[in-house]
Amino acid sequence: MRLDPPAALQAPTRRPAAAPKFSEWRAFWPLLALALILLVDAFISPGFFTIRLVEGRLYGSLIDILYRGAPTAVVALGMAVVIGARGIDLSVGAVIAIAGAVMTELIHAGMSAPAVLLATLLVSLICGLWNGALVALLDIQPIIATLILMVAGRGVAQMIDAGTIVTFRSDFFSAISTGRLGPAPSRIVVAAAVYALTWAAMRRTALGLFVESVGANAEASRLTGIDAKFVTISTYLISGVAAGIAGVLITSDIRGSDANNAGLWMELDAILAVVLGGASLNGGRVYIFNTLIGVLIIQSLTTSILVSGLPPEYNLIVKAIVVFLCLLLQARPVRQAVSGMIWAKRT
Amino acid sequence: MGEEDMNERYMPLAATIVVFLAIYAFGAAAYNNFLSTLVFGDLLTDNAFVIIAAIGATFVILSGGIDLSVGSMIGFVSVAMAALDAQGWHPLLSALLLVSFGAVFGGAMGALIDACDIQPFILTLAAMFLLRGLCFVITLDSLPINHPFVAAFSDWRIPLPGDGRLSASALLMLAALAAGIVLAHFTRFGANVYAIGGDRNSARLMGAPIRRTMIQVYGLGGFYGALAGVAYAFYTGSGYPLAAVGVELDAIAAVVLGGTLLTGGVGYVAGTLFGGLIQGTIQTLITFDGRLTSWWTKIVIGALLFFFITAQRSIMRSTALMRHPA
Repeated sequence: MRLDPPAALQAPTRRPAAAPKFSEWRAFWPLLALALILLVDAFISPGFFTIRLVEGRLYGSLIDILYRGAPTAVVALGMAVVIGARGIDLSVGAVIAIAGAVMTELIHAGMSAPAVLLATLLVSLICGLWNGALVALLDIQPIIATLILMVAGRGVAQMIDAGTIVTFRSDFFSAISTGRLGPAPSRIVVAAAVYALTWAAMRRTALGLFVESVGANAEASRLTGIDAKFVTISTYLISGVAAGIAGVLITSDIRGSDANNAGLWMELDAILAVVLGGASLNGGRVYIFNTLIGVLIIQSLTTSILVSGLPPEYNLIVKAIVVFLCLLLQARPVRQAVSGMIWAKRT
Repeated sequence: MGEEDMNERYMPLAATIVVFLAIYAFGAAAYNNFLSTLVFGDLLTDNAFVIIAAIGATFVILSGGIDLSVGSMIGFVSVAMAALDAQGWHPLLSALLLVSFGAVFGGAMGALIDACDIQPFILTLAAMFLLRGLCFVITLDSLPINHPFVAAFSDWRIPLPGDGRLSASALLMLAALAAGIVLAHFTRFGANVYAIGGDRNSARLMGAPIRRTMIQVYGLGGFYGALAGVAYAFYTGSGYPLAAVGVELDAIAAVVLGGTLLTGGVGYVAGTLFGGLIQGTIQTLITFDGRLTSWWTKIVIGALLFFFITAQRSIMRSTALMRHPA
């Protein structure tokens, strides 16, 4: 067994004793990136920050970012937990497709909407259990263990749908995804609820502590009496259910199950959001607020490109460049050099 | 190094070959004509570009890294080949240019990963977006490659006994494989890759040039990715911006099925050939059957990944137990 110096060195203290430098606040760099993107938007689109109330519902570019980012946010929050325990979940996109297919099938079977919802979440929980069992019990590397479901899961979803796109009508599910709760679009409320639950589980229960402990050093955690296998499985359960919730949102949105495209490459955006939030894939930390900022960076980037009138074919390139810049900003050697320059100027 | 030690090292490779032969034997038993040089030759041809990409991915994975940009690299190279063809370039010239681009691009990724301490998964993910984005900027449509050389390349073949033939794509893949085997097992570079993948800190202490090897490994990955793109462009005679989406996962699956450990340091380049052929054979089986639909390919490959990895782990565990009884 060996210690893992990178993770140990990278991990910032959670509650700094003295007043920290502003640039050491861990939400600083992600927030800076988000602020820069929004600042550019303010220049290219004058009405960007306007939020209007039309027929009792909020509208505006900022609301649009939250609206479109909600499913990714839900997935990314689950992913943050998995990554915190030094795992990764490549299967979330496939789980979204499975959840959509199961949900559609059950609606057609005439099940009541709340029962469909529960059953769908149960199926996604089972998907998470499968991943967790492979990683924790069979000791398979997370990336490969979840690759299995990523490859096979979409096939399973297509099998449930019998290879076609199955549509449905359901007022209950439309209300969850595209409806509103008060003035706020309901899916933003759903994402906020998932955020609150994740925060509570990670910051107000022992589970959060165990997750970070297992992520920092699974063997040491086991020696201190933490059931590392149980904790690891729990993280995949959380990620599975989060993907299921996102699957319900996405499927209800298009009122149909498209096993080929539902949640396609969602795992990449989710992982990207977690990393843009400053987390290390080496585990040890669950950043919840920062993950949300990461999602908002990705989504506001997409919305900004739409608003800017740039041809959509430039979308991916701009996204790639911004991601590169964010990664460089967060790279320790670069950050130290930048901080060093600022510090040298002050003295 | 004892004989026992060698046996243990070859075990995953042997398991891969056994699985491949078993699946192929199943096909031969179940369907007429399956055991023919025609089917086997087509198997090599149809999977040539994935296997070429997977050979590059093997090096990256042996070094303990991962490269998600391979599929986009194939798409980009195919589109760029088509665009250069429209400008009147000879395909060989544009192939040379793009393969060099692949090597430089990959090398730059390796340099960034090492110098800035960025996780390979994330950096190559950004590279995947960048290359796919470049495809869309060049064209949104499928472009043909009209140069007669490409038609000649795909028509050229060595006849095999029976009805089979060994196509130029297949030969290119086999040549790339031979080069990969030599690089991995008979050069200092190869030894450094295994050393870094096995234990990076020990490799550093033993004086392996980490930075240079990382640049070379990802450069090689980019080179093979671009070569796979050239093979793809020659094979299809066109460039398409959505070509080879997700092929990086097929490549990684081929490497894993080939017995290489994703933790790095353990595996054989030759195994990747069989890993790729296993996936191709399953696809061929499903086509032969005709009743099975395409989603079964995904489910079967997923199931096979599962059984193979668990089998590999139990083999490794039991041999470890035999050597060091508890």
